[in-house]
Amino acid sequence: MSTNPHGTITGNRGLQLEEPLIFEQGADGRSGVDLPEPPKVKSRLGGLERQGAIGLPGLSEPQAIRHYTRLSQKNYAIDAGMYPLGSCTMKHNPRLNEKLVRLGGLADLHPLQPVSTVQGALELIDTLAHWLKTLTGMPAVAMSPAAGAQGELCGVMAMKAAHDAKGNSKRVRILVPESAHGTNPATAAACGYQVEAIPADARGRVDLAALKARLGPDVAGIMITNPNTCGLFENDMIEIGRAVHAAGGFFYCDGANFNAIVGRVRPGDLGIDCMHINLHKTFSTPHGGGGPGSGPVVLSAALAPYAPLPWVVHGKDGFALVEQTEGTARSATGRLKAFHGQMGMFVRALAYMMSHGADGLRQAAGDAVLNANYVLARLSDVMSAPFPGPCMHEALFDDRFLNGSGVSTLDIAKAMIDEGFHPMTMYFPLVVHGAFLIEPTESESKASLDQFIAVMRGLAERVKKGDTDHFHQAPRYTPRRRLDETQAARKPVLRWRPPAPDKQAAE
Amino acid sequence: MRYMPHTEADRRAMLQAIGVPSVDSLFRDVPEAARLKGPVDLPPHQGELEVERAIAAMAARNLGTASAPSFLGAGAYRHHVPAAVDHLIQRGEFLTSYTPYQPEVSQGTLQYLFEFQTQVALLTGMEVANASMYDGASAASEAVVMATRVTKRDRAVLSGNLHPHYREVVATNAGLLGIALDAAPPCPDGAEDLARRIDDKTACVVVQNPGFFGQIRDFTKLAEACRARGALLIVAVTEVVSLGALKPPGEMGADIVVAEGQSLGNPLGFGGPYVGLFATREKFLRQMPGRLCGQTVDADGQRGFVLTLSTREQHIRREKATSNICTNSGLCALAFTIHLTLLGEAGFRRLAALNHARAAQLAERLEKTRGVEVVGDGFFNEFAVRLEGRKAVDVVEQLAGKRILAGVPVARLYPDRPELADLLLVAATELTTDRDIDALATALEGAR
Repeated sequence: MSTNPHGTITGNRGLQLEEPLIFEQGADGRSGVDLPEPPKVKSRLGGLERQGAIGLPGLSEPQAIRHYTRLSQKNYAIDAGMYPLGSCTMKHNPRLNEKLVRLGGLADLHPLQPVSTVQGALELIDTLAHWLKTLTGMPAVAMSPAAGAQGELCGVMAMKAAHDAKGNSKRVRILVPESAHGTNPATAAACGYQVEAIPADARGRVDLAALKARLGPDVAGIMITNPNTCGLFENDMIEIGRAVHAAGGFFYCDGANFNAIVGRVRPGDLGIDCMHINLHKTFSTPHGGGGPGSGPVVLSAALAPYAPLPWVVHGKDGFALVEQTEGTARSATGRLKAFHGQMGMFVRALAYMMSHGADGLRQAAGDAVLNANYVLARLSDVMSAPFPGPCMHEALFDDRFLNGSGVSTLDIAKAMIDEGFHPMTMYFPLVVHGAFLIEPTESESKASLDQFIAVMRGLAERVKKGDTDHFHQAPRYTPRRRLDETQAARKPVLRWRPPAPDKQAAE
Repeated sequence: MRYMPHTEADRRAMLQAIGVPSVDSLFRDVPEAARLKGPVDLPPHQGELEVERAIAAMAARNLGTASAPSFLGAGAYRHHVPAAVDHLIQRGEFLTSYTPYQPEVSQGTLQYLFEFQTQVALLTGMEVANASMYDGASAASEAVVMATRVTKRDRAVLSGNLHPHYREVVATNAGLLGIALDAAPPCPDGAEDLARRIDDKTACVVVQNPGFFGQIRDFTKLAEACRARGALLIVAVTEVVSLGALKPPGEMGADIVVAEGQSLGNPLGFGGPYVGLFATREKFLRQMPGRLCGQTVDADGQRGFVLTLSTREQHIRREKATSNICTNSGLCALAFTIHLTLLGEAGFRRLAALNHARAAQLAERLEKTRGVEVVGDGFFNEFAVRLEGRKAVDVVEQLAGKRILAGVPVARLYPDRPELADLLLVAATELTTDRDIDALATALEGAR
């Protein structure tokens, strides 16, 4: 690299090391894995052998380890610092959970072994199901959904199946508050429903009067996130549930924010019919740079018969697995994914729950809410909070404090990066302008929160002084500075291709 | 409690700053009737050693595939994963990071996703690939939905050689969206004629290679038949290692290729989490579901990577999104790409050759085994055998009693088809030894 902004020969800057693509450092014939010579056999591939090179690069083990180690060092992580992404719940990921999921007898189980050889695995799923049902106060749980969004799909499908069973084909609409996660309307649409937005009131909650006015024989149900995406508890949950049920609809609760109330409130006591639980949020299975997740769905007695396959049952010889249903018992919802669910996430989530216990989970929710309210209290005088507290697990601010400054929410976020913090969630929820959604989680110490607060206050002060350049130039100290997203979308380059021969010769 | 840093003094100071007397008072918006006064009826917190003891006891009640000769496959395969893979994916910067929405502090994740997308495109012989889906079955289902968007048609033909779970997952989503399915019956030993099922309303034909029963097919002619009627050909691959030995679906004329990527880098783990691969033609790019990583430049003109074309996704498009999915299978995709990088072209080819050779040796031995008939010819690392006069479910149960995991009885997945009751799917991988093969053949001969 001949030119680089740091003026070094390599483009490196101390511990920040540049790293080419694997395709730019491979050599033919090199491999990082030594495998035995295949025994000589007559090919049974039926003449369909692959011809020509695939084009995969060859790296030795030390090269590969260095490659991924260098890449890892270009990432922010909870292990490195505070990650206050509202709605995403970036809490500590205990390493015990990683150890347990790798145990022999769990990691090496095939999903289609005879059930007599996997009794411990089924017991583990059953135990986790018991914890989830007890914590939510719900009678049933579907374990298979692969992530929160698939959990939503599972819940809405169960609602639809229950309506279909009663011949309610005229219920074509799902009501979704405008503050909802984007997955809610996308899920309702994926199930063939028309989506209708319900406005928020001045307190940042569902407008109960508007909701009641919209209920009727065409409404299949409502999807409400609680605590909602403004970080507020929906005070009228019980009333909403009664109204929806009186109108013949079902009540879906988006459980993305269950971590705020776990151990303190059972959603079943609020009158919901179903709720997905993001194990990667509330129960701290690692986010892994964007998955995998796991999204079990708790169901009311009315929806339990419409759970998707498979499910674990107590049989006469221990645990059994229902993978197929026939005749009248045939599952109306069918199957959402191959095999039985995200077992690796079940192991981690159960380890997290057992480590915390009923008392620790209650404390975790309490500390998460305490931390968010501390941030709200300490920043309300320099930033602008659209709704008064108390909040639940996350503190919401809007961009009124930036009015006329020439600095945007995004600019603040980028300046936080230079201060060593991951930005908060920005521009979501959509119901306030230029949103900052801050979720500290229970994992942060008071010292860490105080440093975060000092940074935010310092940045707000800088905005006041009119130092806009500081914000527009940020971030300055990251492996890459602001990236041109417009170019990426206009002319998509989604894979590496070998350089054209003439260009190669010129280099 | 070891995971929570606050002391009681911290909590008091914070409550004072907020101006409330207690943590409980922060929950005042919760209706009084729904506020729990104390912990729920579950055990209290425990230390590492107690939790480890309890979960290890559950693990000990299972018979793992590492502890017994195992011939299980049918969409999930046990392979050797190099030690470096598991070490690298447990680096906190990978394990404990979020979706790379802030590209300046996520170049590590973004670069490996870009490399992953390139590897998937190369393996499948397609032009572009996404950053992964939940698993192979959900990728197949999303492919069918995408085909209906591309063709503006609403019928799909499913091969009888498509994994039954994939068929069920496709059916689940098709049912929601009003997509009509024409599912061919399972055909363990014969080629099926899918071309005759295509008409002017067909959005796509979904096949699998190698098929559920193990057979390898060339779908070039079927691809032509699809093209002639304006339908798309979707090829599913449940054993991705096969792509190191077999003509890739892209060369057969596939329009969309979906695959289960578990075989590279990821343990069996009782069925998940796995990683779905999704590849297609460049011209369908904007109809493709899932997250995409693209190359661009930063403010200093240096190459960098970002998530791109997110205007297709739910957080922007809401009810008009191409899919409701908002995660990929990041960490499993990372394990996949690291394993494939370590193997490289030479290692991956050898791994595939080794798998085929072991399966060929298994077939040779079973062909000489009394009461066992190898079904069909032309397979990669898995094939079906007919256990004459016996039910495969019973035989597998008997052999499990002898600590042999004999394979997957087809009836486990097709319980309502008595004609398949004597069929057993057996797979061999690089981990299969001569002793394993001998143990299986001997035990099958004696089983009733």
